[in-house]
Amino acid sequence: MAVSVDEAVSTGPAPDHTPAARRLGGRGRSGLEVALLIVLAVVMLFPVLWMIETSIKDNRDVYAIPAKFFGFNVTMDHFRDVFVAPGGGRSALSVAFLNSVVVAGVSTLLATVLGVPAAWAYSRFSVRAKKDQLFFILSTRFMPPVVVVVPIFLMYRQVGLIDSKIGLILIYAAFNVPFTIWMMKGFVDEVPAEYEDAAMLDGYTRLQAFWRYTLPLLVPGIAATAVFALIFSWNEFVFAIFLTSSDDVRTAPPAIAGLIGGTTTDWGLVAAASVVFALPVLVFAYLVRKHLVAGVTLGAVRR
Amino acid sequence: MSDAVPLTTDHPGQVASATPPAPGRSRRLSDRGLAVAFISPALLLLLAMSVFPLLWALYLSFTDYSATRGGPANFVGFGNYTAILASAQVHQRALTTLIYVVGAVVLQTVLGFGIAYLISRRTRGRGALTTLFLVPMMLSPVVVGLFWRFMLDAQFGVVNSMLGSLGLGQVEWLTRQRTALLSLIVVDTWQWTPFIMLIALAGLTAVPKYLYEAASIDRASEWFRFRTITLPLVWPLLLIAVMFRGIEAFRLFDLVYILTSGGPGVSTETLSFHVYKVAFLGFNTGTASAYGILMVLVVIVLTQLYLRYLNKLKEG
Repeated sequence: MAVSVDEAVSTGPAPDHTPAARRLGGRGRSGLEVALLIVLAVVMLFPVLWMIETSIKDNRDVYAIPAKFFGFNVTMDHFRDVFVAPGGGRSALSVAFLNSVVVAGVSTLLATVLGVPAAWAYSRFSVRAKKDQLFFILSTRFMPPVVVVVPIFLMYRQVGLIDSKIGLILIYAAFNVPFTIWMMKGFVDEVPAEYEDAAMLDGYTRLQAFWRYTLPLLVPGIAATAVFALIFSWNEFVFAIFLTSSDDVRTAPPAIAGLIGGTTTDWGLVAAASVVFALPVLVFAYLVRKHLVAGVTLGAVRR
Repeated sequence: MSDAVPLTTDHPGQVASATPPAPGRSRRLSDRGLAVAFISPALLLLLAMSVFPLLWALYLSFTDYSATRGGPANFVGFGNYTAILASAQVHQRALTTLIYVVGAVVLQTVLGFGIAYLISRRTRGRGALTTLFLVPMMLSPVVVGLFWRFMLDAQFGVVNSMLGSLGLGQVEWLTRQRTALLSLIVVDTWQWTPFIMLIALAGLTAVPKYLYEAASIDRASEWFRFRTITLPLVWPLLLIAVMFRGIEAFRLFDLVYILTSGGPGVSTETLSFHVYKVAFLGFNTGTASAYGILMVLVVIVLTQLYLRYLNKLKEG
């Protein structure tokens, strides 16, 4: 990212220069930068806008050549098709969405219940080889899913968890526990241990001190962590497609992916399903935007 | 290991009434028990769902077991490993993966850092801009893959349509050997540039302003300031992001599966995708396990590098 030229006075990266200096110094360049940002933003957002547009387009306009950016016929049919089967009744997609809600919700709950106490214990107590344990925990998260899925598949086949929601919930929980521990350990570290010490001086046990004093302070952190875990499970595809097959177990990602593959693909329906699928994620992600850096690096980077 | 202490620990009154040295001792003991009771459930889940499957895969990798044929697994020693390491097919997939990982990560880093730099220089609308740029990252790879497949469609895809109205020729993005891998890199870049941007932005906004002020008093050139202040201070964090993306790209599967299914031919088959084919289409579970273990070894090395570096950064 070469910054082109050296200009007269300061239009430095420090954002709080006086407007006067900016105006005198690099008005042209500042304008250029804004233009560049706008172009980049348009490029980054165009596919999303195009998806939304396609989801409300008349079928004829979806396949129009050249593509219609404006002036297409608006229809909500695709959204209806997402939820309602052609013959009436619930569509397979809506069942898949419901499965996704159940699987993502329960696995997140499980990961939170297991991960938060562990994070607290790692933060507060001197555990043998703590650093090694924590690194081991995080590294399980980096295993290639395709590699893990083969033995998991065989294991599940032995114990009858293939094509069951419980199977998916367990693997997603295992997937989210490392993240929950790392993320929550950061939040627990921020709560002074002195609170618990004080409570214990008052006669509470360590467990009670944790439950009554530390845990309430952790609630915002737990919420943020759970939201990320929810997003990860909601978006997960590899385990879902290999470990489930029937319509009443299958979650939304493989169900949406299943919409293509025939001779013709109803792209309007794909777009509408994708919008319905992605919307909650975007809303949730917006809610936890303060913790995004920690969230997307699995709790490893905190700022 | 488990002492089952925490649930039966003394009541508040007892602790308060005990003599000073005694509670210290019993508390330490119960702390130990509490730590074990709190940590072991999570570790047990990980052992059952991550470590045990890998150990099983390790065992299978020394056999000729096939998941469909069933029957007993015969021990074949390192046969699977030598077969994979010697296979020209695997070498080609490794090359594809390398091109893909390097191409995508380099593009993402340059673009992501560029966008972050531009955003960090704005005073107004930073939050809104950041939020907008982050949208692709939060989408599921399934949605991203499907949607780009539609946009890159040779006949009615919007990309070709736009190229057409610019007077340029149509490109068969996903069905030509050359362009398919390029498309994969572009789509991955589209999705993950925001990741690098987000972390670079965190680094950029953390650079103390007085450094820039000092530099501008010295009338240092902008390039000089960028090179001597911005880059050295942001670089460690950026490297974390790059390594993270590198690992993620190496183990990527879903985007390939949705976008190209490895095709045309085998031009976009990454190692992950090849493992899948060997395991689920070829049903050579033993070979696939060995293949997977080798991939895991690569991931472990990469992860160790990443974690070591992360650790150094946190302590330093």
